[in-house]
Amino acid sequence: MTTAMRHKAAQKTGVDQFLTFLRVVLSFFIITGLVMFVLQQINPDNPIAARINPDATGLTADQFEGLVISGLSQGAMYGLIALGYSMVYGVLGFINFAHGEVFMVGAMTGMIVSNKLDEAGAWESNFLLSLLFIIVVAIVCSTATAVIMERVAYRPLRGAPRLIPLITSIGVSFLIQNISVVLLGPGAKSYPTLPDWLADKRSILFFEIEGTKIMVLVVAAISMAGLWFLVERTKTGKAMRAVAEDKEIASLMGIDVNKTIVTTFAVGGAMAGVAGILWGILFRSVIHTTGFLPGIKAFSAAVVGGIGNLGGAMAGGLSLGSAESLAPLMVLEPWGIGGVSQLKDAVAFLVLIFVLLVRPTGLFGERLSSEDRA
Amino acid sequence: MTDRNGATPLLEMRGINTHYGAVHILKDVELAIYPGELVCLLGGNASGKSTTLKTLLGMVTPTTGDVVLDGEVVNGKPTSYLVERGVTMVPENRRLFKRLSVKENLELGAYLRTDRDGIQRDLERVYSMFPRVYERLSQKSGTLSGGEQQMVAMGRALMSNPRVLLMDEPSMGLAPALVQTNFELIEQIHQEGVAIFMVEQNANMALSIADRGWVLQTGRVVLDDTADALMANPELRASYLGEA
Ligand SMILES: Nc1ncnc2c1ncn2[C@@H]1O[C@H](COP(=O)(O)OP(=O)(O)OP(=O)(O)O)[C@@H](O)[C@H]1O
Ligand SMILES: [Mg+2]
Repeated sequence: MTTAMRHKAAQKTGVDQFLTFLRVVLSFFIITGLVMFVLQQINPDNPIAARINPDATGLTADQFEGLVISGLSQGAMYGLIALGYSMVYGVLGFINFAHGEVFMVGAMTGMIVSNKLDEAGAWESNFLLSLLFIIVVAIVCSTATAVIMERVAYRPLRGAPRLIPLITSIGVSFLIQNISVVLLGPGAKSYPTLPDWLADKRSILFFEIEGTKIMVLVVAAISMAGLWFLVERTKTGKAMRAVAEDKEIASLMGIDVNKTIVTTFAVGGAMAGVAGILWGILFRSVIHTTGFLPGIKAFSAAVVGGIGNLGGAMAGGLSLGSAESLAPLMVLEPWGIGGVSQLKDAVAFLVLIFVLLVRPTGLFGERLSSEDRA
Repeated sequence: MTDRNGATPLLEMRGINTHYGAVHILKDVELAIYPGELVCLLGGNASGKSTTLKTLLGMVTPTTGDVVLDGEVVNGKPTSYLVERGVTMVPENRRLFKRLSVKENLELGAYLRTDRDGIQRDLERVYSMFPRVYERLSQKSGTLSGGEQQMVAMGRALMSNPRVLLMDEPSMGLAPALVQTNFELIEQIHQEGVAIFMVEQNANMALSIADRGWVLQTGRVVLDDTADALMANPELRASYLGEA
């Protein structure tokens, strides 16, 4: 067996060579970009940087800090969404592409309820309580969406080849977007303005952080801690992990596999609901397609972290968020690539491609043995 | 079926036929396990032994015939219904939850139970039976050796406090020295009053500890007798005991 594998490894195919080529080129691109960035920070007039991109401005410490914080807060939101992709993949082995829409439902309900609260005057006078309330409502609606989706669209397909629920999920995704257009119209809608005190910067340790971002990070951290507790410390969580690993034996233990799968969708939906509110706080604008890009990025984050691995989904989200915030200025600009701040989205997917090239199982993914792959 | 002084069988198969799709696997299988017995089912590869166990537990639904537990027909009931009533299995290849710790595997064995004291008592029973398991409680079960995994699999099954334990090839993949120990453990569990229904390829070993046995051939029960009689059966000796 091992000798056969070694033999196979020795015979490099054209594809392998091409992949190695890509790995080398991308690594060179990233490392050189970073090195040039550092050189330029040290001495803005150094000959190498000046030659490749004379217009590069570099970053001040404040700008850098700002980018890190906004990267992390968006990354935390991606991470929350990524958990849902990862958990569903863990139990059912397919990617639920409609999960981005579960997130969008959370953001939409948050928008509706927060505007109602604003009309009633509660948004201004009692912001924290209002926020808690819209989070709860978003959790309820997103969870319901995820659970109904499982029941109506995916359960009848249990046992079908994985490609079938995957394609179905794309259909479900369009369906939910269109329902949103029918119910709420096609235009973008906004959240009420946030209270002024929230935007103030506060110093935490060595950082000066905007209140909004502190709030986003705190809410995300609490949600993740809750999820961690559920999965690792409760009987329900143990059942979820058992079902993810072996459904037949889980049912032999007396676990209700269907119920556990529903719970998994529900918990993933709840996390997406929270993320929807975070989106509302960060960007204050929602439209029926809001779920698409964050959804795809969160999916990338789940893959980057190692799909099926919850810690990985979080770490993947934070890394992806930071990368898309920092890389345009730290890697692309030194190369003289123009309009870098608009390349955020491209960077997110470049990160995905790079991680898959270098570590196909993701940062924290376990190597699937042929036995596990099923 | 051999009626044992009018006692009710704990678990029975009556005229069972099981199909996978169009493939007919079990053919008119009749068997009965009485409380506290140690019985075995012998048969070559693909004769339908595992399918028999899965059918008993409701993991596979028979096309015709009845699975009967304590005189009640339990066809179509979920597996959890049987587990709650004292039937469980050590599956083929052990099938531990490899990413979960040893302790979590044992706790999952008691998933349906709510009697905390009883669970604690059974945990301690498992620890005293398998001291090795106790030493490795927080280890991921996938990192255990084959012998240790076998112990955890048996411990996990015992945690449901079964009246009858189905065992699918418990000696498969174990070193010869361990096979012996393993059979001793099975006898020990049996002596604590648990009925055992064991599927084995190692016919010699199995018959040496069993009371009765059946031989399955392409899904049909071809022999049904006491262990001693099976041991002496020339046909069986030829096909399973490696004597030409
Ligand atoms: N899920 C399934 N779907 C289709 N066919 C199956 C399935 N499970 C088992 N079979 C087939 O049913 C037959 C009996 O299988 P079974 O596992 O019961 O045999 P066995 O006696 O336990 O064999 P072994 O000694 O190799 O474990 C085999 O031919 C097998 O290929
Ligand atoms: Mg078998």
